[in-house]
Amino acid sequence: MSHEQCRYLLGSLSEYIDGKLDESICQEIEQHMAGCENCRVVIDTLRKTVSLYHEEALHTQTPEDVRQRLYKRLKLEDFLLSKKP
Amino acid sequence: MGKAEEITLSIQALRSGDRAEYARLVDAYYQLVYRLALKMLGNPQDAEDILQETFIKVFRNIDKFDGRSSLSTWIYRIATNEALMFLRKKHPELVSIDQPTETEEGEQEPLQIVDWCCLPESELMSAEAKAHLDEAVMRLPLRLRAVFVLRDIQGLSTRESSEVLDISEMAVKTRLSRARLRLREELSDYFGDRLGERKSLL
Repeated sequence: MSHEQCRYLLGSLSEYIDGKLDESICQEIEQHMAGCENCRVVIDTLRKTVSLYHEEALHTQTPEDVRQRLYKRLKLEDFLLSKKP
Repeated sequence: MGKAEEITLSIQALRSGDRAEYARLVDAYYQLVYRLALKMLGNPQDAEDILQETFIKVFRNIDKFDGRSSLSTWIYRIATNEALMFLRKKHPELVSIDQPTETEEGEQEPLQIVDWCCLPESELMSAEAKAHLDEAVMRLPLRLRAVFVLRDIQGLSTRESSEVLDISEMAVKTRLSRARLRLREELSDYFGDRLGERKSLL
């Protein structure tokens, strides 16, 4: 990652993986990537990093005892029973 | 903004103190608030405190909700502020570290060039790997962490995140980019080692 162009593109990569960049910059990144293995690895691992966090977030649930204490603290415990486990 | 956005709550009923409506609100948002707090604070007990304090504030201040933002954005704003206030109170020594100058907080230049994407799912999502993912978030400066949690963990849009944090959309994009590059670096360090271990076994 010592090339000037790699540095120049670095700040755009986050938006690139979100598909939020203009076509012209995407083309620029893709052309560069074709000849720069380092940048290809950085982009692939950046994309994977984000997707791992997305996936992990889906598995984060509130423990049932935490939910129960919340309803009690809010004096809404009578609505606990009628709700899902 | 996830399934919570789909339910319609009556602000009027909430303002008049309708408990059943409050229960519906809590049911719709408690998961989102707990996850936000847990990922911001990294500690289940602290996250539970923030969860409770957030809803107490929501109930107490519902009169002040003016409808300029969506209800979920408003709740997110209360929860995020509670989490940030908590962190500043609990770790005042972090504040100076967590407010680096723009240059210190610049783009993380990629140092780790290891393609670990090919690791199997069992390795990428092991309990140890997940703990490492969480720890890496906790090492982000607060201003980057807040943006990352809202955008990539809670799934808010750039515009929604900018409303919650009261910063420009450009600032959201810049901080998200910096947060992601830092996390990529940390994960590459960790998963690069796992990749090395696997190769040495072959």
